[in-house]
Amino acid sequence: MAEILVLVDHADGAVRKTTTELLTIARRLGEPSAVFIGSGYDAARDTLAQFGAAKVYVAENPELVDHLVAPQAEVLAQVAATAQPAAILLASNPDGKEIAARLAIKLESGLITDAVDVVAADAGITTTQSVFAGGYTVTARVTHGTPIVTVKPNAATPEPAQSTPVEEKVAVSISDTAKRARIVERAARGESGRPELTEAAIVVSGGRGTGGDFGPVEALADALGAAVGASRAAVDSGWYPHAHQVGQTGKTVSPQLYVAAGISGAIQHRAGMQTSKTVVVVNKDAEAPIFSMADFGVVGDLHTVLPQATEEITKRKA
Amino acid sequence: MKIVVLVKHVPDAAADRKFDEADYTTDRVSVDSILSELDEYAVEEALKISDAGDAEVIAVTMGPEQAQDAIKRALQMGADSGVHVLDEALHGSDALATSQVLAAAIEKVGEVDLVFTGMASTDGGMSVVPAMLAERLQLAHVGFVGELTLDGGTVRARRDADVTETVEAALPAIVSVTDQINEPRYPSFKGIMAAKKKPVQTWSLADLGIDAGSVGLSAAWSVVASVTARPPRTQGEVVTDEGDGGAKLAAYLADQKFI
Repeated sequence: MAEILVLVDHADGAVRKTTTELLTIARRLGEPSAVFIGSGYDAARDTLAQFGAAKVYVAENPELVDHLVAPQAEVLAQVAATAQPAAILLASNPDGKEIAARLAIKLESGLITDAVDVVAADAGITTTQSVFAGGYTVTARVTHGTPIVTVKPNAATPEPAQSTPVEEKVAVSISDTAKRARIVERAARGESGRPELTEAAIVVSGGRGTGGDFGPVEALADALGAAVGASRAAVDSGWYPHAHQVGQTGKTVSPQLYVAAGISGAIQHRAGMQTSKTVVVVNKDAEAPIFSMADFGVVGDLHTVLPQATEEITKRKA
Repeated sequence: MKIVVLVKHVPDAAADRKFDEADYTTDRVSVDSILSELDEYAVEEALKISDAGDAEVIAVTMGPEQAQDAIKRALQMGADSGVHVLDEALHGSDALATSQVLAAAIEKVGEVDLVFTGMASTDGGMSVVPAMLAERLQLAHVGFVGELTLDGGTVRARRDADVTETVEAALPAIVSVTDQINEPRYPSFKGIMAAKKKPVQTWSLADLGIDAGSVGLSAAWSVVASVTARPPRTQGEVVTDEGDGGAKLAAYLADQKFI
């Protein structure tokens, strides 16, 4: 069966959920090989086996961690040159996309980003994307070289399929050009204890209607095990960090459930959440455009509606 | 110091964006278009450097006739000159071809120290052209920059990607910026008048030494197989809070198995 390369997205060996989704998709397309680049492979081994990697290419080198992603693109290109895979899958996040972009040039191959689905069709590997703020659904195929596809979080439900991967160490040699952008400091990932915004199955977002008090938004998020998002208005007002901004100039999310509290729903915001499966809206203003996309809406003050919902949810869970 | 800002003319997100039904390319003709909002931050960052010292700012775009409006906006904000890569053969170019053309344009401008771009275009939104340029031109690329300082020949940037990183790179470099980096100026009346006299060059593929067969829709390395307008979301039940809004919300979430 054809080999499908999956670049492992991890922090020091802690494998992110998107990678387990990619491995699940790769199993439908062929035989998944994980490519582990960076440091901390020992911590990643079990997860990669649990989600069915038939093979793992391991490239461990401190220089891979000290620079932006150009060296990773070189290593992945090197693995692809020998493996001759049928496709290469990466996570659709800033680093994944940059590696994919560089790889497309190195391998002279077509690139598709932001896929929400990848299937093996008669005509070849076919992707689905949602474009123009979710207004259109597009299917596409790579027609030249090795298909390189970046896949958005939540594109598949991770399904375990225990394997015993063959491990292959990759000798790493990095060009000087790839070392031109050096990381001098790296902040730790947020330690809110909440799921990662772009990966979360549920997102609760607050906007101008919070008046700066995200307490009710965070409490509901915690009751639901959700990530917290924010509209641009809330971020620009300094009420919530930019890393949580959902929308055209922030992050794109596509969770199972999106709760918009005190957000009017400008097109720029909708662009970042339109592919959410279920949308719930709480807003004082019955005329807010976001109600048009609500599967369920409450016209009311989030400061009373959210705490009541949180209390009720906590009660139902108990 | 010479700074190139890459600008893109895109269909306005607030307008009804659509595809050309014949070839599934983005309709760039019959839809109101503007300078991609995220590019304004790139223009502003270049102008800030120019305001603080001695720098020439050149706005470069690739696109059909109307794309000159993106250049015009950059000139009105304060860029010194513009370059418009215009060629019928470019219609339907993918990101790979776009980066080939823009890399050639940057090389033709010559001796460029810094290239600024927005973090994404607001139409295609792939966010891959800056990295492709870096790969082609063998330059450093620092993306998603929310704060930038120049220290001699080095850029030091706060990169707000998945995690926040501080990154250093020697010039020349390509930097893509987020909407957190600055507050773009609005063109002044003086700026609008001055822009009319600023030079804009139009370059064809031949001027860049690029074979027309290597760009455009037929040379794209990926193909759109289908385009479907998504049915508008239908509005579900909306209730008015009469003291039980939260309980109703919880009941809905329980019904939908989210609890």
